[in-house]
Amino acid sequence: MKLMSEEVVFAKSESHVVLKMIHSLFLINCSGDIFLEKHWKSVVSQSVCDYFFEAQEKAIDVENVPPVISTPHHYLISIYRDKIFFVSVIQTEVPPLFVIEFLHRVADTFQDYFGECSETAIKDNVVIVYELLEEMLDNGFPLATESNILKELIKPPTILRSVVNSITGSSNVGDTLPTGQLSNIPWRRAGVKYTNNEAYFDVVEEIDAIIDKSGSTVFAEIQGVIDSCIKLSGMPDLSLSFMNPRLLDDVSFHPCIRFKRWESERVLSFIPPDGNFRLISYRVSSQNLVAIPVYVKHLISFKENSSSGRFDVTIGPKQNMGKTVESVVMTVHMPKAVLNMNLTATQGNYTFDPVTKVLTWDVGKITPQKLPNLKGLVNLQSGAPKPEENPSLNIQFKIQQLAISGLKVNRLDMYGEKYKPFKGVKYITKAGKFQVRT
Amino acid sequence: MTDSKYFTTTKKGEIFELKAELNSDKKEKKKEAVKKVIASMTVGKDVSALFPDVVNCMQTDNLELKKLVYLYLMNYAKSQPDMAIMAVNTFVKDCEDPNPLIRALAVRTMGCIRVDKITEYLCEPLRKCLKDEDPYVRKTAAVCVAKLHDINAQLVEDQGFLDTLKDLISDSNPMVVANAVAALSEIAESHPSSNLLDLNPQSINKLLTALNECTEWGQIFILDCLANYMPKDDREAQSICERVTPRLSHANSAVVLSAVKVLMKFMELLSKDLDYYGTLLKKLAPPLVTLLSAEPELQYVALRNINLIVQKRPEILKHEMKVFFVKYNDPIYVKLEKLDIMIRLASQANIAQVLAELKEYATEVDVDFVRKAVRAIGRCAIKVEQSAERCVSTLLDLIQTKVNYVVQEAIVVIKDIFRKYPNKYESVIATLCENLDSLDEPEARAAMIWIVGEYAERIDNADELLESFLEGFHDESTQVQLQLLTAIVKLFLKKPTETQELVQQVLSLATQDSDNPDLRDRGYIYWRLLSTDPVAAKEVVLAEKPLISEETDLIEPTLLDELICYIGTLASVYHKPPSAFVEGSRGVVHKSLPPRTGSSESAESPDAAPPGVQAGEQPAVIPAQGDLLGDLLNLDLGPPVSGPPIATSAVQMGAVDLLGGGLDSLIGGGSFTPVPSTTMPTNLGAPLGSGLGDLFDLTGGVGALPGSYVAPKAVWLPAMKAKGLEISGTFTRQVGSISMELVLTNKALQVMSDFAIQFNRNSFGLAPAAPLQVHAPLAPNQSVEISLPLNTVGSVMKMDPLNNLQVAVKNNIDVFYFSTLYPLHILFVEDGKMERQMFLATWKDIPNENEAQFQIKDCSLNADAISSKLQGSNIFTIAKRNVEGQDMLYQSLKLTNGIWVLAELRIQPSNPSFTDLEVRTLLSLKCRAPEVSQYIYQAYETILKN
Repeated sequence: MKLMSEEVVFAKSESHVVLKMIHSLFLINCSGDIFLEKHWKSVVSQSVCDYFFEAQEKAIDVENVPPVISTPHHYLISIYRDKIFFVSVIQTEVPPLFVIEFLHRVADTFQDYFGECSETAIKDNVVIVYELLEEMLDNGFPLATESNILKELIKPPTILRSVVNSITGSSNVGDTLPTGQLSNIPWRRAGVKYTNNEAYFDVVEEIDAIIDKSGSTVFAEIQGVIDSCIKLSGMPDLSLSFMNPRLLDDVSFHPCIRFKRWESERVLSFIPPDGNFRLISYRVSSQNLVAIPVYVKHLISFKENSSSGRFDVTIGPKQNMGKTVESVVMTVHMPKAVLNMNLTATQGNYTFDPVTKVLTWDVGKITPQKLPNLKGLVNLQSGAPKPEENPSLNIQFKIQQLAISGLKVNRLDMYGEKYKPFKGVKYITKAGKFQVRT
Repeated sequence: MTDSKYFTTTKKGEIFELKAELNSDKKEKKKEAVKKVIASMTVGKDVSALFPDVVNCMQTDNLELKKLVYLYLMNYAKSQPDMAIMAVNTFVKDCEDPNPLIRALAVRTMGCIRVDKITEYLCEPLRKCLKDEDPYVRKTAAVCVAKLHDINAQLVEDQGFLDTLKDLISDSNPMVVANAVAALSEIAESHPSSNLLDLNPQSINKLLTALNECTEWGQIFILDCLANYMPKDDREAQSICERVTPRLSHANSAVVLSAVKVLMKFMELLSKDLDYYGTLLKKLAPPLVTLLSAEPELQYVALRNINLIVQKRPEILKHEMKVFFVKYNDPIYVKLEKLDIMIRLASQANIAQVLAELKEYATEVDVDFVRKAVRAIGRCAIKVEQSAERCVSTLLDLIQTKVNYVVQEAIVVIKDIFRKYPNKYESVIATLCENLDSLDEPEARAAMIWIVGEYAERIDNADELLESFLEGFHDESTQVQLQLLTAIVKLFLKKPTETQELVQQVLSLATQDSDNPDLRDRGYIYWRLLSTDPVAAKEVVLAEKPLISEETDLIEPTLLDELICYIGTLASVYHKPPSAFVEGSRGVVHKSLPPRTGSSESAESPDAAPPGVQAGEQPAVIPAQGDLLGDLLNLDLGPPVSGPPIATSAVQMGAVDLLGGGLDSLIGGGSFTPVPSTTMPTNLGAPLGSGLGDLFDLTGGVGALPGSYVAPKAVWLPAMKAKGLEISGTFTRQVGSISMELVLTNKALQVMSDFAIQFNRNSFGLAPAAPLQVHAPLAPNQSVEISLPLNTVGSVMKMDPLNNLQVAVKNNIDVFYFSTLYPLHILFVEDGKMERQMFLATWKDIPNENEAQFQIKDCSLNADAISSKLQGSNIFTIAKRNVEGQDMLYQSLKLTNGIWVLAELRIQPSNPSFTDLEVRTLLSLKCRAPEVSQYIYQAYETILKN
């Protein structure tokens, strides 16, 4: 049977081009300059960012730029970190969280490598940045995102190394395959050696709360993390146990933690990555009682048909388990009509920025004997109507040596290595998004 | 000493200088030069002119330099494919390097160069790398297969790379498994039919094992792949769920959400009686809440997904209301989403808290957010009946603030509250009326006018109020005009004596001075109603309106089910199925949730609305005019007075008559019998609706009657294969002439013209009888219907399958090819009826080995119906007999090339005790060319089943 005729040649139609995952990345600063672009596939013109600029203009405030923007041919998924927009260009269906997580990971890596994630740092290290981005993503698939592995592939810049490199001509690129990359514990490299073996854990808890006018709690929860700094030789196998593990019912784990062990015994058992990492993060929800360490007495009022108002705020300690509340800072976004504020603080300093209308009061430590107070007059724009909204008070504070949830580490055991490590646990409680409505 | 030194000012000779440096003998200078090139690249400068010089630096022992050159290549290889070939030798050599890092780097970069020529060099190195001893190389090679497939799918299949890739799913290294899965899913996505990821319990088990060990990113790929699997029963579903749940505690939110997707999908298979079902529900809440403490961008995506989850399974988060409370410094996009979810979770138990919050939000600074908060209060009132009173008083408090946009928004929602709870809160009308002057938004004005019209009898100065609106009638938006018209008619019917002048005025404004057809038509209908039968007018206009339903903004259940399958994707962010927005969606497979199993369906917990019930209560949309009747009349039917130009086609004439008649009888005085007012709107809808239905039936009939059966049009040539030209079509046979009905659609961005068509030689000599006539160039997004007459005098060549037709279509852009199968019955000629004697003789004459038997399943027609149906397609019944209670039909047909086919159809009478599985119709075919039998049988099946 002859299938093809001479006059019509049937050719296979061209296959459709599929482009998956992150196509390109643009880094944009607050004044709207694109200062770095990286393409993992073909080069996408910078003009695609015009859609982003449009959205940015519409949002007015940089924080309000929507993270997912659709354009006729692409999707732009962006994050805003450290005054830099990381804008990724996507062409097909892709999990946006995947992209956002990845972008945050890129920002984390810059922070880790250069000590800060800023335009200057990125420009100063542009070649390393490019190498890193190439190493982190291949054809849209993340390749290596663990800082341990990246650091073996591409050495972070140090002053000493760059001096040595420029003399000896050696490079900052590792020429062997990272050891941990393909083992079953990709987060740890082999052959770690320390003269002083140490393991530190920081239990950091942040209180997110909304307090209403009358001082009662509308909503409160604790966001906790245990950040670790582990400098142990060899392949240590650690178990960390708690006095009251029941508190932890909503936990996210670092991949190194053996989930089964936690499920059955409520013990964190793991071979740690080398260096700094977040071991767990957890949430103690509003169902359990969340202690509120400070209270705020406030009186903010604007008089009808007059160009002034009163402002009187006092902060005092509440359930602080006998510890000192320190580094207290209050910030308030005053209504637009406020021209100036004439206040006296019994403690600390205050500033009012008439452009942004932000009042900041740096209180410092709270001593229960003499409660800090800030009081005085508010000058309003004359003729403007009395402001409708009452500003919320944003409070920051710190309490050392206390985990407000009551979480306490019981003990840390190490297996698999013979030496005796130095161990330490530190607790700290901070305000997260702590807001008092007035 | 930083890299910023590489950004030296752009001088005229920069490229020239770089060129010289790249060709320098000094290694260090070369490296510095390449770094400068890279630095320019990062800011979007075009340094592609340096391609040959950079490639020359590639052969080096210095790993850093090599990497930098590779970086450059990956960026520009696509734009400079021909020059990229120059690098091939080095690539091939590097693939053999003892250092796995270099092997991987080479195979990876090669895959990025999208040039057909390079692929032949790539195959051998890739094959080796896929079996490399080092897993780092293997995992890189796995991704490379996906890249290569993208360039040349056929090559990948021919070379057996797909099988190798499938083998990698069983690799000892979990990272390799993850990348293999990712590559396979990407390939499978571009070829939905390929069935590449043949998921079975064994492969699922492998994936689940790899899930525990591979990186977070790999886990996402594996989970997304798992979500496409359909467990065979609830036990398998449960065991997969058990192994997936630990992922809910992962620190990576994308992993968490992908796990949630798998669980939400497989939960459908679990019986609600199972203890495990309850456990799973409880386990889902904490991780979802935790997502809300992440960065705002993550929160946003999480919230969009939670919005879906809450609609599907409200029980998961019903106790977590407080985490959705808005903080004043949340970004606006987070605030709006949180608000939406708060309303979805609002119930009698938590309504007090919710209202207190909403009231708080209504005094915030951001206008959009405040508006949405006010609207939310109204939605709460409608959703939770017990709270209605509190909501109304909250809204009144807000109106007292006199903040303009708050007042307007409040009035709009109060209108909805009136519609939900009629005759309950009318005491507030006075307060509303005080704010009449401040309303400047059409929606608020329309709402206020509706309220005045609806409660005209209780508002003393209703006529004055409406009259004041009437002054600027022509400047109002359509929405307000329509509402004003209806409201004044209502007022007239309630207080006819004092408002006659007003109604005259509005009717003449609407019918004579307006060029808006909707307004004019509505005006005419009111006018005729009022002038012929005021009683009937009262029944129609003042009919009791149906109550609005609680949830007006729920996603339609089938769409919701589909979206649940897309949790975590862009589709879930946009709340649209991917087919609706993903560019070049190549035959997107619609995903659906597994059907719910388990007998416990009726034991559903009360707050978990079963999908069935939701489907029953179609989400009612509040008509913008707040008046169902108004919407009904908005149907652009054109009343007789201002009818469209009478069309020439008989069908369209029918339509006009039909509607004219329908409306006449509706409006014509005497025949109108008032119906009980509560059912009024539906009854009114029925005659119009059915009239339209008939109309459509009629057109369908006209197309089908005189000719043989016509299959619906199918897409023959998808747009993506033909640079934007999409061709769909079918074949028809009408009174002896065959034609190809084509629809050409231009989905490209440029105009298409110069169309021509040509057929390859085929089994029956089908050929176009006339050239393809496309009269005007086809603009983007336009389509044109063409009927192409065919004849059967073309050259003949036997095809396999027999009815295969290969077609070439040309336009100004290119030539495209496709092949299609035509149904054989278009070839059955009109004079296919054989004489009885002739039939008997021929039947005997044809040897028995030429006889073929087929079963036609699920055909519930009786002998007469079958006979007449087949006759329509030129299959003629010569005799009918009844043998032992079975009907036998003897039939003949003739093909265009003169082949006779004889048929015996044995029809078993329907037996109620047998199910459809019972074979009821048996077809025996005899023909001198037995190879056509199978296609004749297909034609029988097609005709009888349609």
